[in-house]
Amino acid sequence: MHELGIITSVLDVATQSARQSGATKLLGVTLSIGEMTEAIEDALQFSFEAMTETDPFTEGAKLTVNMIKPKSRCLECGAEFEHDRFHLFCPECDSFATELIAGRELQIDSIEVDLPDDANEE
Amino acid sequence: MKIDVKQPILDKNDSLAAELRQRFADNHVFVLDLLASPGSGKTSTILATIDALRDEFNIAVIEGDIASSVDAEKIKGQGIAAVQINTGGACHLESAMIKRAIDVLDLERLDLIIIENVGNLVCPTDFDLGENAKVMILSVPEGDDKPLKYPGVFQVSDAIILNKVDTMPVFNFDREAFEASIARLNPQAPLFPISATSGDGVEAWAEWLAERIRNA
Repeated sequence: MHELGIITSVLDVATQSARQSGATKLLGVTLSIGEMTEAIEDALQFSFEAMTETDPFTEGAKLTVNMIKPKSRCLECGAEFEHDRFHLFCPECDSFATELIAGRELQIDSIEVDLPDDANEE
Repeated sequence: MKIDVKQPILDKNDSLAAELRQRFADNHVFVLDLLASPGSGKTSTILATIDALRDEFNIAVIEGDIASSVDAEKIKGQGIAAVQINTGGACHLESAMIKRAIDVLDLERLDLIIIENVGNLVCPTDFDLGENAKVMILSVPEGDDKPLKYPGVFQVSDAIILNKVDTMPVFNFDREAFEASIARLNPQAPLFPISATSGDGVEAWAEWLAERIRNA
């Protein structure tokens, strides 16, 4: 259950960015999570709900998680291909010498905030 | 209103880990992050590794556990510097904990630091500690199907140790199936079958590690 630690970091960054932009409330956070990491979407959602409900600034905020499909490049023939967590060999030449180029992301993409009325009209 | 952030979630941990990696390189210390389940023989493997390498290298051990200092005491009993980190319930080590631990170690004098991560095959895989290599231990009683259940840890490891091979007849461990799974998940990682308590196979593992320490 290290999702709680991950969400703590997410909310630190999100709250800070929101306050810096003068927001009155955090409405949502969008993350990109690679399927090769050990972060599970359900556990992220659960931790996010638990951590946001105690602070009026974050209460009710929605978490959107974009799961990123693993992708590798073959070191033998150069082919790039998507795969699941278990089958990393090259579909073109069957080589096992491959390099992961996507799938280990743990990134905050964006946040959605409420700004004071005058700022929204600008 | 939408605001773009585009920032790694573990930015703080990762940038501190990069700082530590630089510090280790400056001092020519090789740092090994050891991952395994509770009871797989991490501490026994560390003791056997120390035994094989202590004539050539200065070694220290950082012990990560949820509680207690049992493991650090065992290492200190062998005359090796050991620092105990108690995570107080956390399921993995983070780079800030390593930074505090190395404050009490003499990096300039050391060649090898072995970090014994918290016994867990899941959470530690996502956290960079500034190590030079992650190595995992699976023990025979845990079963040959573990690569299928915990692929992440088998993929991030630079080498895989199979411990307690002397118990293989008792546990119906299908070595062929195990090796086939490893070959699929992480064909580049060497596999070292050992028995930490009897010392069987430790030499090949220690030689692999020694080569890396000499180049650090």
